[in-house]
Amino acid sequence: MSGLLRRKPRDRVAPLLPPEDARDGALVFVVAVLCLLACLAVVAAIGADRAAHGWRTQLSGSATVLVRPRGDETADGAAARAAEALAGVKGVTEAAALEPEKAKALLEPWLGRDGVLDDLPIPRLVSVDLDPRAPASLATMTQALKAAAVDATIDDHSLWLKDVLRAGAIARAFAIGVAVLMAAAAAAVTVFATRAGLTARQDLVSVLHLAGAEDRFIAGLFLARFARMAALAGLIGALAAALVAAAARLAGGGAGLTPILPLAWTDLLPLALCPLAAAAVAAAAARATAMGLLKNMA
Amino acid sequence: MSRTADVRLTPTDAAPDEQSLDGPIVRFDGVGLRYGRAPEVLKDLTFELEPGSFHFLTGASGAGKSSLLRLIDLALRPSRGLIGLFGHDVARLKRDELPFMRRRIGVVFQDKRLLDHLSAFDNVSLPLRLAGRRIKDYRADVTELLTWVGLNERIDARPAALSGGEQQRLAIARAVVGRPELLLADEPTGDVDQAMALRILRLFVELNRLGTTVLIASHDEQLVARSGRPVLHLEDGRLIPAGAAGA
Repeated sequence: MSGLLRRKPRDRVAPLLPPEDARDGALVFVVAVLCLLACLAVVAAIGADRAAHGWRTQLSGSATVLVRPRGDETADGAAARAAEALAGVKGVTEAAALEPEKAKALLEPWLGRDGVLDDLPIPRLVSVDLDPRAPASLATMTQALKAAAVDATIDDHSLWLKDVLRAGAIARAFAIGVAVLMAAAAAAVTVFATRAGLTARQDLVSVLHLAGAEDRFIAGLFLARFARMAALAGLIGALAAALVAAAARLAGGGAGLTPILPLAWTDLLPLALCPLAAAAVAAAAARATAMGLLKNMA
Repeated sequence: MSRTADVRLTPTDAAPDEQSLDGPIVRFDGVGLRYGRAPEVLKDLTFELEPGSFHFLTGASGAGKSSLLRLIDLALRPSRGLIGLFGHDVARLKRDELPFMRRRIGVVFQDKRLLDHLSAFDNVSLPLRLAGRRIKDYRADVTELLTWVGLNERIDARPAALSGGEQQRLAIARAVVGRPELLLADEPTGDVDQAMALRILRLFVELNRLGTTVLIASHDEQLVARSGRPVLHLEDGRLIPAGAAGA
């Protein structure tokens, strides 16, 4: 029996591109590092968003009313009337006059405990809790106090809220910017690698062309290779980022790394998209580059 | 004894539109070729190859044989003149139409251009893969062809493990596996012994009998003479009319 007959029939074709070489390993490493940084930026963006949302909820969910007694009215009486007036406003869940001791406690960090507070006229404060779904507006509460003839100033924390929202938006934009920058860097690396690959495989490309391969078929070979490599790099980068984020979560206790950047386990879920995103970016970059280069070939 | 090709060496009066190109498989009309700003390597070539014809292309080294073949296999564009292929003016072909034209042409390159990372089987089956055929449909044909060119025991060998003659036979097998309408071969018997050269010639003749138009560039005067086929003779980039060769 001849060797030909003994040979097992083939059922698979060999890849048209040569197997990966040492340069491909370096490319995987570079893209994996970029993916790691991009993933960390995404986790940071999610954490920043959660922190900003928490602060916003806290600030927008309450208001403080400074009450000034009129005429012969006592401070306690004015505060009680203010609390009563506000409690009936739609969007207010609770309004209660703060005990003078509590007001003093609020001032202690700035003025100390050495008796100065006893000599000062401590303003009476009313604490107002707002309905988080439909909070009462500043104008509505002011109107209610005016109607009850209470001289008061309402602090709805809007000044702080704006700053918090701005800070949260900046942190989010910065993190997204970093992630986009990393994606662009990964695309640039892929473009460079595709150019190098096409140049190095000029002989192969020429044979494929002359044997009747279409540009998109040849570009598809490079697209598939770089998409596969980028997916692997994306997986490595995402796993590394997940480890870093998990370490931060565990090191920071239940609140996360710090109260400023709270992390939840669910924040790691978006990292699962990293291999897909990396493959998509690499595929698009490789295809565009290969098609551009092939057009310049005979 | 070879005889000179029945080619027309005078320009035709026909307009260079697609209708006028019907008929010959290959038509050159006043074709010139230069590389960059260098002098023309091919000058005023005018000839036609009819379907089913079999020609040899001869000429000294540097006469332009390989350049002429590269014009026909669409690897180069002429600097001037008209080239018709399968009834189409190649200058009017869109880029995405070229692959389909190339699939109708089998080429044996002088430098073989085998893919080093592929086995003999995969090298030969390349045109069939590119044409969209599946391995189960062509496995037997490719194996039979490799057997025919004497490479059945080297079916899994990479080109680097093959001798020059084996590589040449592999390149020929790749060129003919798709039963091309036009076969171009650049010195296809350069690295094989006389017995194998005759065997290869018989393969080309058999393909020609089945309808393939054949054009072979060769230095092998014995082979050309033995074939008795018409000859296109190039001298200094020009086609030389019958009886004028060497004058």
